[in-house]
Amino acid sequence: MINNFAIDVRGMTKRFGEHTVVNGINLQVRRGEVYGFLGPNGSGKTTFIRMLCGLLAADAGEGTCLDFDVIRESEAIKRQVGYMTQRFSFYEDLSIAENLDFVARMYAVGDRREAVRDSIERLGLAGRQKQLAGELSGGWKQRLALAACLIHKPQLLLLDEPTAGVDPKARRDFWEQIHELAAQGLTFLITTHYMDEAERCDRLAYLSYGNLLTSGTAAEVIAGAQLATWSVSGPDLQGAARLLRETPGVRQAVAFGTSLHVSGTDAAGLERAITPYRREPYTVQQIHPGLEDVFIHLMESSKDNFAP
Amino acid sequence: MKKRIPLSFTRFWAIVIKEFIQMRRDRLTFGMIVGIPVVQLMLFGFAINGDPKHLPTALLLADSSQQGRSILSALKNSDYFSFVREVHSEAEGEAILAQGEVQFVVTIPENFSRTLLRGEKPVILVEADATDPSATGNAIASLRTVITTALQHDLTGPLAFLAGSDGPVNLRVHARYNPEGISQYNIVPGLMGVVLTMTMVMITGLAITRERERGTMENLLSMPTRPLEVLLGKIIPYIFVGYIQVSLILVAARFIFHVPMVGSIPLLLLSASVFIAANLAMGITFSTLAKNQLQAVQMTFFFFLPSLLLSGFMFPFRGMPDWAQVIGEVLPLTHFLRIIRGILLKGNGIEEVILQLWQIMLFATVVLAIGVKRYRRTLD
Repeated sequence: MINNFAIDVRGMTKRFGEHTVVNGINLQVRRGEVYGFLGPNGSGKTTFIRMLCGLLAADAGEGTCLDFDVIRESEAIKRQVGYMTQRFSFYEDLSIAENLDFVARMYAVGDRREAVRDSIERLGLAGRQKQLAGELSGGWKQRLALAACLIHKPQLLLLDEPTAGVDPKARRDFWEQIHELAAQGLTFLITTHYMDEAERCDRLAYLSYGNLLTSGTAAEVIAGAQLATWSVSGPDLQGAARLLRETPGVRQAVAFGTSLHVSGTDAAGLERAITPYRREPYTVQQIHPGLEDVFIHLMESSKDNFAP
Repeated sequence: MKKRIPLSFTRFWAIVIKEFIQMRRDRLTFGMIVGIPVVQLMLFGFAINGDPKHLPTALLLADSSQQGRSILSALKNSDYFSFVREVHSEAEGEAILAQGEVQFVVTIPENFSRTLLRGEKPVILVEADATDPSATGNAIASLRTVITTALQHDLTGPLAFLAGSDGPVNLRVHARYNPEGISQYNIVPGLMGVVLTMTMVMITGLAITRERERGTMENLLSMPTRPLEVLLGKIIPYIFVGYIQVSLILVAARFIFHVPMVGSIPLLLLSASVFIAANLAMGITFSTLAKNQLQAVQMTFFFFLPSLLLSGFMFPFRGMPDWAQVIGEVLPLTHFLRIIRGILLKGNGIEEVILQLWQIMLFATVVLAIGVKRYRRTLD
């Protein structure tokens, strides 16, 4: 029986000493899906991904990754998975072509030369193939890393903050490529801190202190938070934010450019709190909460529940 | 001109504090800072002895007279010689000298007693393994006294005149393998082993820690690979590097230092590959133990120091106390020194070499097994 899920794991747990870094996470990622993995730094995203591809031994948990047992069959999983590390981890003293050739050999890719040539061409690295990887800019390093992760034609790609430190144009190109590959049937699990990237994912999960707080499509995640949000603009928003945070009914007041997003789970209470600003020189307006509002909310409330 | 910022005590002190904190965090480095002088003190203070005593000696007693047995018991009782066995033919003596089992073979010829009593000053032949000239010098010097004293008990009364002023016997010393006592003949081949130990251990010592420090280890581990593939893959290329060093030293030994090369060079090259592999295995195992490159370098040094001092390179192996010899016997350099000196100076063949070579192989296997076991397949 072929499982519809590329990743189907339950209760994944990892402890470092006393500290539980990943706490019983259940995750299902469908084949061909682009799955966004969000959460603040240190929330356990990288640790979770490392457990999936056998880089870390899980303390508890079960399930399958590409139909292989996630605990016992990590060797088989490694062969079918491409893992792009957060920090560039190819050899800086090897050229682009040499790096790709090395990876192709490691995975025993059939017709290696062609695979390397194809990969260089497909990613538009032709003409730079003799350049040392260490001399590449952030954007090119990221392209190289992606090319290397794809060379053995994996079914699942685990990308850990692939676009950190990459310029907006390169980021957009990168995401277009991701969606093209997903259309061909590849599954992606991508961690990111960027909201625009989160919105490009088919589904999302949000982690905090090793706990999975919410998951689903962007719309489901937003609806699930049951958050009401008002936008306030006017002078001295910093002062207003400080006052609003003290007001009952307000869970958070966050500056977004020239306006303040004031959110709370108690819609009526929030409306009362916002009332003093319904006057000149302020303008207030109820808005639909965005992913970022929801995530900040999740982050703030998880702090109360899980913080050590 | 740029305006110079005056020296600030606060900034200077900030650096001092930071360095202390970092020192405290890196326990291994701190341990080495304390450990190395302790090890050095122990080695230099207790293990090293430029005047080796109790050198293993064999006796070929072709004349079983009273006088012959007196010499035997005197040798047994002397400080410099330790009588290990009696041999029954010249060939047997030759063989154990070549193997390095004994340092000296003393031959008391047939008719020794008769010749002695006739007052004809019989010849006592002493064959010494002089590959390391410093090991034998004092012992040979004392030999004449030992023999003269031994015979004095027998040569009393009417025979007293035989004792004479220049001794009753002629002592003929054959300094074998290095008759002129040229220390380069001993040091230059030994240097090959020392250089290989230093560089080979260091080179692979950095191999895994470098991957870890540069972050490439995470990538390597995410690929389907086995520990032995990684470890052997990192060892093999450096065997070639080792051979470059071997060639350089051999050429220099031949053409600059004119070291004799009696034995088979192919055999030497073959043995060198085992020795190089053993050192690379040691390095790669250090690499799996060390947290960073600095620690790997320190471990290398910690291994190199006893290798240098306890292998018989700098000081005669037989001059060391038993505990130091036991440590020395474990080290691959000790055995490689015996091999290379044996091949070049003594003309040793495969039979003698294999006695040392298997010990290097054993070392390499054990060390590599530790490395494979210690190699972390995960980032835990």
